[in-house]
Amino acid sequence: MTTSSVDIALFATKIGLIFFVILTLAAYLVFAERRILAWVQDRKGPNRVGPFGLLQPLADLIKLLTKEDFLPAAADKWLFYLAPAMAAIPAIMIFAVIPFGAPLNVAGHTVPLVVADLNIGLLFFLALSSIAVYGVAIGGWASNSKYALLGGIRGLAQLISYELSMGLSLVPIVMLARSFSLTDIVNAQAGVPFIVYQPLAFIIFLISITAECKRIPFDLPEAEGELVAGFHTEYSGMRFGLFFVGEYINIIVLGGLATTLFLGGWHGPLLPPVVWFSLKTLSFAFFFIWMRGTLPRLRYDQLMHLGWKVLTPLALLNILITAWWLMLRT
Amino acid sequence: MGIVLSDKKEMEHMSLLSDITAIAGGFGVTLRHMLRRPVTIQYPEEKRTPYPRFRARIVLTRDPDGGERCVACYLCSAACPVDCISMQSAEQEDGRRYAAWFRINFSRCIFCGLCAEACPTMAIQMTPDYEICKRDIMDLLYEKEDLLIDGCGKDDSYNFYRHAGIGVTQLRGEGLEETKPVDVRSLMP
Repeated sequence: MTTSSVDIALFATKIGLIFFVILTLAAYLVFAERRILAWVQDRKGPNRVGPFGLLQPLADLIKLLTKEDFLPAAADKWLFYLAPAMAAIPAIMIFAVIPFGAPLNVAGHTVPLVVADLNIGLLFFLALSSIAVYGVAIGGWASNSKYALLGGIRGLAQLISYELSMGLSLVPIVMLARSFSLTDIVNAQAGVPFIVYQPLAFIIFLISITAECKRIPFDLPEAEGELVAGFHTEYSGMRFGLFFVGEYINIIVLGGLATTLFLGGWHGPLLPPVVWFSLKTLSFAFFFIWMRGTLPRLRYDQLMHLGWKVLTPLALLNILITAWWLMLRT
Repeated sequence: MGIVLSDKKEMEHMSLLSDITAIAGGFGVTLRHMLRRPVTIQYPEEKRTPYPRFRARIVLTRDPDGGERCVACYLCSAACPVDCISMQSAEQEDGRRYAAWFRINFSRCIFCGLCAEACPTMAIQMTPDYEICKRDIMDLLYEKEDLLIDGCGKDDSYNFYRHAGIGVTQLRGEGLEETKPVDVRSLMP
């Protein structure tokens, strides 16, 4: 395979475009969340900066950038500086394996609309999502603060409760698609999306990714009612912003992943594939915001209980049933 | 051990179907509210019209004849729980009392309305004008000329000296609820 300069240019454009779209989308998701939560509470939400408040993310960015960059006394300086990046970077890296559209033909070159079609894309995602929690744990540890440490510990405890059921809920998908590559999984759903075959796996996965992106009702690591702000209590300015934006990138990426694995990815009638992918992904984002406006936070032990005693056995049962069904079919 | 017991109790009460319907109901409620009109009033642009008896900026009113109602009796200043009213009483040549100076410190005032309740002459009254913000706190010290308005306020016919203040602005027995003084000597048997 020869790589021409056109290929490289197309590749660079693709990555640049993804970065731009994801980061902008994450910033506007913050705005959307504030507006939607306001509507849930019969308020209007931020509507002063620009038309309909649409320049609010810009104002927030300027505010975060001009704030003091605070380092607590006796904090572990390098880990403290490293943690926000460790939370945000794995989140955006997961997007590398998500196919967000049908392959395009540009000037005779076929451009697959995915950064890297890894043959172990699913494992790549599982690995990176576990790395992301290091940002939380290290940030909590390095802050040298009780609230932050408790938040970090909760982050780790949460990880071991949901990660297992998340991984297990994806096994039937792999069994159905006979591939770990996300592109193959999307192609396997050209006819019927996997949610039809695997509603239980979908529900387990949905609950697990809610815990994964630390959203209410599983926002235990930051639990503002109990732990001030949890693992990012001591962070200020853009470092806090990085944690914050990382959380929203996570929502987009995990929404995109749920779309890819269960809702048929970019497949859909009439509309162009990229639009279908965006619509499905954003509907997940909307669902997360809606859920935040509805549900209360679970207790620490309730999450563990749910993860270990309910979701994991259910996921195992689901694997068994799927395997049995596949065996009968052949 | 106690925790385990309560956990078991929780399990007994857990019914999957009712839990799911309860959660779905919650989602329904939030969705309904999402589609409802917000109750927000966009303050500087839209203003709520306060009720006539809304308690805000305090004024000193005049009687229907245009005279100051305040007789500097100090009852408002005594009733004030935060001591924001101060004045100095003085007397006109005809014996009618007035406040030489009268001051309300609105940076202290809690708008409780006790002064207006205490006032025997209905001089001190609350108005619905709630927008008293100043850059300089000293601007919140309202002197008598800032407080005094031209109208009668809430009761436009009341004149204290028509009912009381005997012998000051009118002769004895000239008041509205009064009868002429009786010459006691005429009652002799």
